[in-house]
Amino acid sequence: MKRKTLKAVLTATTLTATASWADDVTLTIESWRNDDLTLWQDKIIPAFEAKHPGIRVKFTPSAPPEYNAVLNSKLDAGSAGDLITCRPFDASLALFQAGHLADLGDLDAMSNFSDVAKSAWQTDDGSSSFCVPMASVIHGFIYNADAFAELGIEVPKTEADFFAALEKISEDGSYIPMAMGTNDQWEAATMGYNNIGPNYWKGENGRRALIAGEQKLTDEAWTAPYATLAKWSPYLGDGYEAQTYPDSQNLFTLGRAAIYPAGSWEISGFNTLADFKMGAFKPPVQNAGDTCYISDHTDIGIGMNASTDNPEAAKAFLTWVASPEFAAIFGNALPGFFPLSKEPVELEDPLAKEFVSWRGECESTIRSTYQILSRGTPNLENETWGASVAAIKGTASPEELGTKLQDGLASWYAPQQN
Amino acid sequence: MSRPLQTGKAIHANDVSAFAQDINEASRLETGKSVQKHASRRRPRLHIAVFLAPAVLIYTAVMIFPLANTLRLALYSRIDQERVFTGLANFQTLFFDPIWSEQFWNALGNNFWFFLVHMLVQNPIGIALAAILSHPRLRFAALYRSAIFIPTILSFVIVGFAWKLILSPIWGIAPSMLDAVGLKSLFAPWLGKEEYALTTLALISVWQFIGIPMMLIYAALLSIPEEILEAGEVDGITGMGAFWKIKLPLILPSIGIISILTFVGNFNAFDLIYASQGALAGPDFSTDILGTFMYRTFFGFQLQLGDPHMGSAIAGAMFAIILLGVCIYLFGVQTRMRRYQL
Repeated sequence: MKRKTLKAVLTATTLTATASWADDVTLTIESWRNDDLTLWQDKIIPAFEAKHPGIRVKFTPSAPPEYNAVLNSKLDAGSAGDLITCRPFDASLALFQAGHLADLGDLDAMSNFSDVAKSAWQTDDGSSSFCVPMASVIHGFIYNADAFAELGIEVPKTEADFFAALEKISEDGSYIPMAMGTNDQWEAATMGYNNIGPNYWKGENGRRALIAGEQKLTDEAWTAPYATLAKWSPYLGDGYEAQTYPDSQNLFTLGRAAIYPAGSWEISGFNTLADFKMGAFKPPVQNAGDTCYISDHTDIGIGMNASTDNPEAAKAFLTWVASPEFAAIFGNALPGFFPLSKEPVELEDPLAKEFVSWRGECESTIRSTYQILSRGTPNLENETWGASVAAIKGTASPEELGTKLQDGLASWYAPQQN
Repeated sequence: MSRPLQTGKAIHANDVSAFAQDINEASRLETGKSVQKHASRRRPRLHIAVFLAPAVLIYTAVMIFPLANTLRLALYSRIDQERVFTGLANFQTLFFDPIWSEQFWNALGNNFWFFLVHMLVQNPIGIALAAILSHPRLRFAALYRSAIFIPTILSFVIVGFAWKLILSPIWGIAPSMLDAVGLKSLFAPWLGKEEYALTTLALISVWQFIGIPMMLIYAALLSIPEEILEAGEVDGITGMGAFWKIKLPLILPSIGIISILTFVGNFNAFDLIYASQGALAGPDFSTDILGTFMYRTFFGFQLQLGDPHMGSAIAGAMFAIILLGVCIYLFGVQTRMRRYQL
């Protein structure tokens, strides 16, 4: 009897609840950022719902390694959410080509973004865009400011300064000059090659020329970064060959290393772990006064499920994501993930501010291997990992590495075949 | 038990049909086995199918079907979003395209080295440990047995992680322990050097799995009757001689089984390498074995999208290699092995 009453009460409440929201549209967001769940629930969604009565938003993330697979099966089964968080480049392009992501060409708010920002979610010819850029990560070097002050080192601007600083730290001996290992391989490519490289291949110019087949990986601009990486090895500390990514993070945040080749995503983690003052400097240029280039890598976007039942509400949300209001909330809640809109956002975190200030001084580009060039076998990105490690260890010369990568790329990429 | 006596009587009576009937009756009462035989003349033996069905169905669903389907998948390719039958083209790419074949032979070579280290280190030490453990006067045998066996039940992830920490040049205890005995110069970041990484991982795997051959041989040694050893003693074979001349020949079949288990296990290996070195099996693919190569190809990695068809071709090649190895063992070795009735 009691149970029946309970059931009746429950049914009644459900019915009234449904009735009261009957006019509301509920949007569901698919994402891999389960780390950001509270941020979405406490800050982003309430801010949006306050502005748009009648639209309710649900953030339903899945685990990052499973995201692509989960999303694909949901899309195929027709049960995916209305809004889809987009991985950069080919993973999302494949979704667009399969008709799962809607073309956002008619979304006015897309004009808030630069071409570089949009490049991660466009067809190869740039004619259609399918995701609103949300955030990017910037590469550079984070340094232990206390250590620099103690040793009397100026923040390096040119490559000569940089190696002089490393030499000085090394001579002093109380710090490991630079915390990076080659065990996990990707750091060498991402925080090494693609961090310092844009200064050599002149950012977007070089990257686009490579895609167009006008430059080759055997060119000086593409092999010189390997020669520079080779000079890093004496400063990386004992046994860097077996040093993993978490090892490097710990070495730096424990104050045992002076410089950390970084991506801006480290900022929030380092802020909580390090008890010394930190600063950041951009990849050093060859000669003082050279134009500087930074890797401002597009990382997260958000698009619309082509088969959503609420296209208008979804577009309202995307327009809001493209607005400065969203950018301010997102950029400040996740220091190190920088909003991509053209309008500058006022950030509070000093380290994040330092990183984002480079956008004003330097030309932005994205990682050289991410767009188009990693579609075939051998995969240029994965090959670059190996090549960067080999360069640091000195097991191959920069020219050999360039030849190997070029041969691999030319084996499947038509524009590089002549 | 009274029935056989009666049948004896029946023979005595020289009545063949009565004898047959009697036999039937006897076995029906005693074992119940020929009841089925008897009944089969009248109705189909449905129950056999019924009793076999669960095992056959489950085995088919989880083993035979996926295996056959994987082999089938290897014969297709995805061309412009369409799955197209391409025959043996994937295998041709795998064996003859320089980009693929270089990786394949590298992985296969590494696999053989991995197996060789296990055969040369794990199994002899396992046998030696079992021989020592089975010594009747060894104290705390149960303690040693458990201690040596425990790593076997640990997860690969834990083993990989723990050893990575032990061998870490930054936090590890290996460098400081070597330093304590003045051998610091011998330390190298083993897992990060192309020339040592695979051997180091093989030895970690040996450390983990040494309990398996030890236990199997230990069981085999315990099953050797005391009388044989005592008889040998009477003939003057004692100590090491007893091991080499009596025990070893008797446990040879167990060693054969261990070898084949090691072979299959090693050629299917994946977990330890993946857990400690990642899917790229660094440094510079020096620890890449068929399992990691297959995983990387099938599921994709980082920006490399997965290719289920090439992945299946690699899985097919692995299957063929293991099948070949097992066949060589079954027909070439096991049939010639001399067995002793104990």
